[in-house]
Amino acid sequence: MQNDYERNRIVAASAARGRPAGIEARGLVRDFKGGVRAVAGIDLVVSEGEIYGFLGPNGAGKSTTVLMLSTLLPPSAGHATVAGHDVVREGAAVRRAIGASLQESALDPYLSAREHMLLQGALHGLSRAAARARGEELLERVGLSEAAERKVKGYSGGMKRRLDLALALIHHPRLLFLDEPTTGLDVQSRTALWEEVRRLADEGVTVFLTTQYLEEADVLADRVGIIDRGRIVAEGAPADLKAEIGRPAVEALPEDPAQRERLAGVLARIGELLPAAAGGAVAVRLPAGARDLAEVVRALDAEGISLAELRLHAPTLDDVFLAKTGRSLEGGGDREEAQQEGAAAAGGQTGGSVRA
Amino acid sequence: MSGAFAHQLYALARRALVKTLRQPFQLFPVIFFPVILLAVNASGLAAATRLPGFPTRSYLTFAIATAFIQGAMFSLVNTGTNLAEDIESGFFERLALTPMRRSALIGGLLIGVGLMGALQSAAYVLVGEIGGAHLHAGIGGAALLIALGAIAAAVFGALGISAALKTGSGEAVQGLFPLFFVFLFLSSSNLPRNLLKAGWFHTVATWNPISYLLEGFRSLYIYGFDQTALLRCLAVLAGFATLFMGVMILALRGRMQRT
Amino acid sequence: MSGSAAQSSQGGIWAVARAIAWRNLRTYVRRPELFVPSLVFPLIFLAAFAGGLSALGGAPGFHFPAGYTAFQFVFVLLQSAMFAGLFTGFSLAFDFESGFARRLMIAAADRRGIALGYALVALTRATVTLTVVTGVALAAGMQVTGDGVEVFGLYGLAALLVFVGYGWAAGIAFRFRSIQAGPLMQTPVFLILFLAPVYVPLGLLKGWIHAVASVNPATFFLEAGRGLIAGRPTQLALAFGLALVLIGLFSLWARLGLRSAERGS
Repeated sequence: MQNDYERNRIVAASAARGRPAGIEARGLVRDFKGGVRAVAGIDLVVSEGEIYGFLGPNGAGKSTTVLMLSTLLPPSAGHATVAGHDVVREGAAVRRAIGASLQESALDPYLSAREHMLLQGALHGLSRAAARARGEELLERVGLSEAAERKVKGYSGGMKRRLDLALALIHHPRLLFLDEPTTGLDVQSRTALWEEVRRLADEGVTVFLTTQYLEEADVLADRVGIIDRGRIVAEGAPADLKAEIGRPAVEALPEDPAQRERLAGVLARIGELLPAAAGGAVAVRLPAGARDLAEVVRALDAEGISLAELRLHAPTLDDVFLAKTGRSLEGGGDREEAQQEGAAAAGGQTGGSVRA
Repeated sequence: MSGAFAHQLYALARRALVKTLRQPFQLFPVIFFPVILLAVNASGLAAATRLPGFPTRSYLTFAIATAFIQGAMFSLVNTGTNLAEDIESGFFERLALTPMRRSALIGGLLIGVGLMGALQSAAYVLVGEIGGAHLHAGIGGAALLIALGAIAAAVFGALGISAALKTGSGEAVQGLFPLFFVFLFLSSSNLPRNLLKAGWFHTVATWNPISYLLEGFRSLYIYGFDQTALLRCLAVLAGFATLFMGVMILALRGRMQRT
Repeated sequence: MSGSAAQSSQGGIWAVARAIAWRNLRTYVRRPELFVPSLVFPLIFLAAFAGGLSALGGAPGFHFPAGYTAFQFVFVLLQSAMFAGLFTGFSLAFDFESGFARRLMIAAADRRGIALGYALVALTRATVTLTVVTGVALAAGMQVTGDGVEVFGLYGLAALLVFVGYGWAAGIAFRFRSIQAGPLMQTPVFLILFLAPVYVPLGLLKGWIHAVASVNPATFFLEAGRGLIAGRPTQLALAFGLALVLIGLFSLWARLGLRSAERGS
């Protein structure tokens, strides 16, 4: 966290000088009618070229924050600059610098993708020729060239999202807001969108991304802010946040149940044994993280202990959320899906570690 | 009629009536719109009573018939919209999956809209009395107006039901309303047919069945029990009923095959 | 992304307005069901009033040199002008409800261009409707006894009323941001129009309607418009002045509404 603090300080200082395409918010609050406080004092700094993931459950205040930072909603209190411009006093300058793809795709079902590009270009003051050329380039980039003449009402959810992203990019924004860009998309569309976001970041675009998917924040974001009930409860690189919660553990199940005691003896030499793993398995915390996995395998091989199963348990961002709020991030209808994804990701990670 | 069938009819008619009564924004056009339009026209067109050949000295007495027909047309929209909502929300499907007879399903709705038609017609009669319209046919005429209003509401309601069954969309049902307003405008709603001086308009109004509906209601106010006007009015209602019920049955069959 | 180095865009007020007008007019072409009713209804009114009530032209005390069709044509013309503004406010409300307005709000550097764009749409709609209504009225034998300047004045008044209707409706649309507010836009205007001397001149109205019509702004517009088409201009300064005052007031109403939309309150 010390590193983050240092980085924030540097960015804040440079923002004052050269207006980099970053975000700085201090004490941002938004109240709605009826005394509902959707955002309850948010401080954050996003550096130029960074992908910042804003992770939280439904209703946590993610979208409200995006609406404030993108000048669609004024804060009730606090202050924010985007690309060096104050979101309240210099809204027009902020809008020139940013692109935004909000939760509802907000497309006109009776216009084609090409017409949308022309409209968006015109709204940003591009000449017709420039909007046309840029539109073609972006439609090609998001894979919509062939469908460019079709009315949007016949598009799938993934196509609409891709068009929305292309529209947000028409004026070469330096900063991009993506509000839950992959919600409701199938795995293939989601992966394609992630790749596009990464490419944009490689090109120097700052990306502020909200998501309720753990995997999305984990895989895509350089830094993650975890928001709950309108406040940021944790912030940092995903690996740092998880490391803060604890080291990974390994769980081993002997092929021969009689070998359990010997197995426990070997693993105890590597790290701290963890209480009662289920089904005759033995669990141990790895002091040096996943790097200890190789040592575990070598030690067991040397002792001639055969394993039926070996599993690596890495802490997830959900564990971070749980540690900070006492609740799990995954809930309701999204819970199952997110757990499946989490499981899929964990599986991949374990396999990778074993191979290493 | 078996006891179960009667009970089903009662339950559905009650629901249809309560649903309308509990939605003030549906009641507003039914009651207030015709009354406001009547008040405005009764004053704005009062000069028409000075035309030679105008049948009464009170324009309100002449024009109040239009309120009954407008009310029946609003029944079309309200009934259709309510049913379309039920279809959109899946409530209709739930009803269709019960052992309930289809005739009860539709009959209940029609009885509900008919009752609503009676209530709104009673309100128009009351407004007329308060406003000073002279009801030549007396108490019996008032009862007949209410009965005719109920029948007209049910008949127009049948078309609203057909549209809802066919399209399942409240928007589509509402799209029918302006069409009927056009029929009302191009009828003898503002002046008696003998005073429609533009030849083409006279022809359109003479061929327009809405003119005869209006003249039936109007006759009770101006002339008492005018058999010719009342029989023509009933004939138009019967013709509409046959047509709209036929369309409704076809639409119901289509909907049930989809459900 | 080629040229991803910051390239600031210049979405000024007119660029935004033109873009919005282009998109809406394109939508009307694609979806005639949104536009045709607003074109057909004035024709129905013209037929029902000018045709169905023509006998009123012979009522005792009714003297209008251009005839009853012209008398009613002015009402339908001015009503169509106001409703072109109202229907455009309806489109605006729909765009807010569907979320499309957010796209406009976030892309438009100068958001006044949004209000101006829809105003251009209203004017274009009115131009089409008024042309068709005029064509039909002339084909139906309407007499125009006013001269060219007077007729121009009539259409000038109609153009001002487009902005009156639009300003009122836009203010509602910005505040409610839902098509549910449609009746709120239309009902008061409808009432005000019908509480004016629609069927006969003000002098022939009696009782409460005369009292209401005497102070109803719509009366001044109708009397001035009818005077212009008949070549007997009357109350022009009052009608045009009133229209300009209403445009000023409703511009403020719409501007404050836009601020309310920007605040999200």
